[in-house]
Amino acid sequence: MSDFWILLTGSLVAACCGIVGVFLVLRKIAMIGDAISHSVMPGIVIAFLISGTRDSLVMMFAALLFGLLTTFLIGLFQRSGIQSDASIGVVFTALFAIGVILVSLFARQVHLDQDAILYGEIAFVHWNLWEVGGVSMGPKAVWLLGVTLIVIAAVIGLFYKQFKLCAFDPALAAAIGIPVALFHYMLMGLVSMATVSSFESVGAILVVGMLIIPASTAYLLTDRLGMMISLSIAVGVASTFAGYGASIILDASIAGCIVCAAGLLFVAAFLLSPSHGLISRRLRQRKLAAETTANGARAV
Amino acid sequence: MSNFFTMLADPNMRWIFFGCMLLGLSSGVIGSFTYLRKQSLVGDTLAHAALPGICIAFMLTGVKSIGIFLIGATLAGIVATFGIGYITRHSRLKQDAALGIVLSSFFGLGIVLLTFIQHGDYGNQAGLDKFLFGQAAAMVGSDVMTMSVMSAFLVTICALLFKQFKLISFDPGFAKGLGYNVGLLEQLLMLLVVVAVVAGVQAVGVVLIAALLITPAVSARYWTNRLGTMIILSGAFGALSGALGTWISSSVSNLPTGPVTVLAATAVFVLSVLLGPERGLLAKRILQARVKRSFLKENEVLHTASGERMKGETAG
Amino acid sequence: MSISNAIPGASAAATQGASPLAINGLSVAYQKKPVLRGVTFEVNEGELIGVIGPNGAGKSTMIKAALGLIPAIGGEVLVYGKSLKSQRRLIGYVPQRESVDWDFPTNALDVVLMGTYGRLGWYRRPGAKEKAFALDCLSKVGMADFADRQISQLSGGQQQRVFLARALVQDAKLYFMDEPFAGVDAATEKAIITLLQELKRQGKTVIVVHHDLATVKQYFDSVLLLNVELQAFGPTETTFTQEQLQHTYGGRLSFLDPGSLAVSGAGGGGGRP
Repeated sequence: MSDFWILLTGSLVAACCGIVGVFLVLRKIAMIGDAISHSVMPGIVIAFLISGTRDSLVMMFAALLFGLLTTFLIGLFQRSGIQSDASIGVVFTALFAIGVILVSLFARQVHLDQDAILYGEIAFVHWNLWEVGGVSMGPKAVWLLGVTLIVIAAVIGLFYKQFKLCAFDPALAAAIGIPVALFHYMLMGLVSMATVSSFESVGAILVVGMLIIPASTAYLLTDRLGMMISLSIAVGVASTFAGYGASIILDASIAGCIVCAAGLLFVAAFLLSPSHGLISRRLRQRKLAAETTANGARAV
Repeated sequence: MSNFFTMLADPNMRWIFFGCMLLGLSSGVIGSFTYLRKQSLVGDTLAHAALPGICIAFMLTGVKSIGIFLIGATLAGIVATFGIGYITRHSRLKQDAALGIVLSSFFGLGIVLLTFIQHGDYGNQAGLDKFLFGQAAAMVGSDVMTMSVMSAFLVTICALLFKQFKLISFDPGFAKGLGYNVGLLEQLLMLLVVVAVVAGVQAVGVVLIAALLITPAVSARYWTNRLGTMIILSGAFGALSGALGTWISSSVSNLPTGPVTVLAATAVFVLSVLLGPERGLLAKRILQARVKRSFLKENEVLHTASGERMKGETAG
Repeated sequence: MSISNAIPGASAAATQGASPLAINGLSVAYQKKPVLRGVTFEVNEGELIGVIGPNGAGKSTMIKAALGLIPAIGGEVLVYGKSLKSQRRLIGYVPQRESVDWDFPTNALDVVLMGTYGRLGWYRRPGAKEKAFALDCLSKVGMADFADRQISQLSGGQQQRVFLARALVQDAKLYFMDEPFAGVDAATEKAIITLLQELKRQGKTVIVVHHDLATVKQYFDSVLLLNVELQAFGPTETTFTQEQLQHTYGGRLSFLDPGSLAVSGAGGGGGRP
């Protein structure tokens, strides 16, 4: 049974991160995903210290707040003339540092140790159950991730055309009156939600792998946005299954193995993708070169 | 303040204190170049990528020595740099995605190896996970010595190659035209970043060492438009952060050094953002208001002169 | 255009009388540097207007500020006598081709369909009617055969034509085009100019940022000469004169002969800061 819950949790993480990751990669702000996944940490700890519970809703709210704060600060520093990657680096290291310090200072109260931050606790997900009136409803993490997935799918589905246009041509989007900034923050809010729901399962730093790697892999496999989203989820789920299998064989961190599996799938797509893979492009180039020389020879 | 002097009274802590200052200084100096080359997050990626290198080095030798880690991290760093370049050159992915992919898959691998080490029969494994967030107080004399030597080495190289690094940061094309081996210099700079990461790994940790490469440099940029001044300032800010980080974390139990150092650097950054002349928020606000006022006044004169109707100033 | 009734807000009454675009005292500044100062003009309906000026003159900036894409520090923009916000449906926009990432996973038809997003409102998606219209517009620019083509596989000229088809789909009354002729092949140039004439025939107003001085007289009814400040605005015949150009470009203009004008030191690219 634990296998089932772990795989389900991992797949839900893959789906949540896979959808929003596509828009991060297409808008060339993948590293903002990295930043948000680090900087929701202090939000989670502060929420815990204030409320005294690990209530998912409170944590979700705090993480959302910190995710948006991160986005806002990065934008603010960028507008004031700092290069975008440097402002990302400054903001997330500062917030993550605050988070780590809070954890170290209040370690006894928080029950969040540094291991959990880094590796997540996906192996224990089936121990933390949600009970209603003494009846077990299944692991809390699954419910949290499930709700998050529904919210993400609903928002992206409802405003698909706005997210698409804002990613492709923000100037036109603004010109026809789409509130570009609102949709930017909405996307960042979704990224924060995906991050915090996944945080407990796969850890802060590996969330970023699930945000970026499957989406990038899908980007190399298709030329349609809808297809890219489906493939991104599929790659993430495949990584979950392969990674979990590997972690059992190797007796190693599950989250680490999942991300490594995603990395290997990326390498496979990078080399073998029929449309954008290295090998197929090399072959096409060679064929083209051969044709040109043949034509040249004929001309002579 | 009193515990500051108690700290300095302890010879080991004194060494650590000065070692961390030197570390902050050297990473501030290197960070100035990576910032100007718009590669701030490359430092972050290389720091994360160092983890599997360090783990493999430890697994092969079973020794916790900074020299061996340096070799492992350097090799991992080279592979990571190569990977980032390869992905951006040979696919339609842009640099941000390439950085994210390399960073997370290397770090994932590092964590897998770390759990290997913890589960496996590697004897003296305790403390390897301290490398994630850094614990300066746990360093022994030889560690501090190595860290200081490496930091001094970094600063010396930067001083010697100042002219070359300046040129490849500003105009690599022109540098090529002058006959510099730009590719080699760029690789060297990357290598220096890796060295800074490894030097700082015990004191600050791989997760946050990137901040020492980024934040002091960005702060320094607020105060000056000259590269020389910027590098000196950045080094000074880094040294200050290293000093504050060591002092505060050693006086409170359970506090890792890395995050405290990062927050010290961030405090300097916030002050710079607010107060920096010309680029600072305050200075900018004042300038903006002045420009706007002068424009409006000018327009008013224009309009009344030509007898045109005024409809108020609603920005389009 | 086949379905002008697709715009609910565009009743004839709302648009009668007032000028399609009236700009009053528009100013933009980046940091200390003014890029646009006190620009005031009013265009006539149904004209093709060329915006001409040297690099850094603020041509793109003017269009972006007029569309509200960048903040102005002062000034007023009226579209058919009303504020920009309430009249967005009447406006079509063709950004510079380099402003978007052509590696985006989508095809030509899909890009054209984006032109309908404005009038579809918040929730509706493009349906069969919109698709048919988009295909119609693609064939008007000679791109019907490329509807399913991934956009990165199109040539520069073809990409530009896709952008124009998208503008057609917007079914606007006032168009802004940012350097549509930049770096396109002869066939595309011809297709664009045919299209501009067609728009004019339908009584639409088109404002085009343009670089090639040699073709100004041939293409535009009016010209707007800009160099941070408005230098001159009026019918091409009387405004596009050697004297005015010298004034606008400073000393940087060299005349080869009155028929073909060339600008030295003012190559491609827009007037970005």
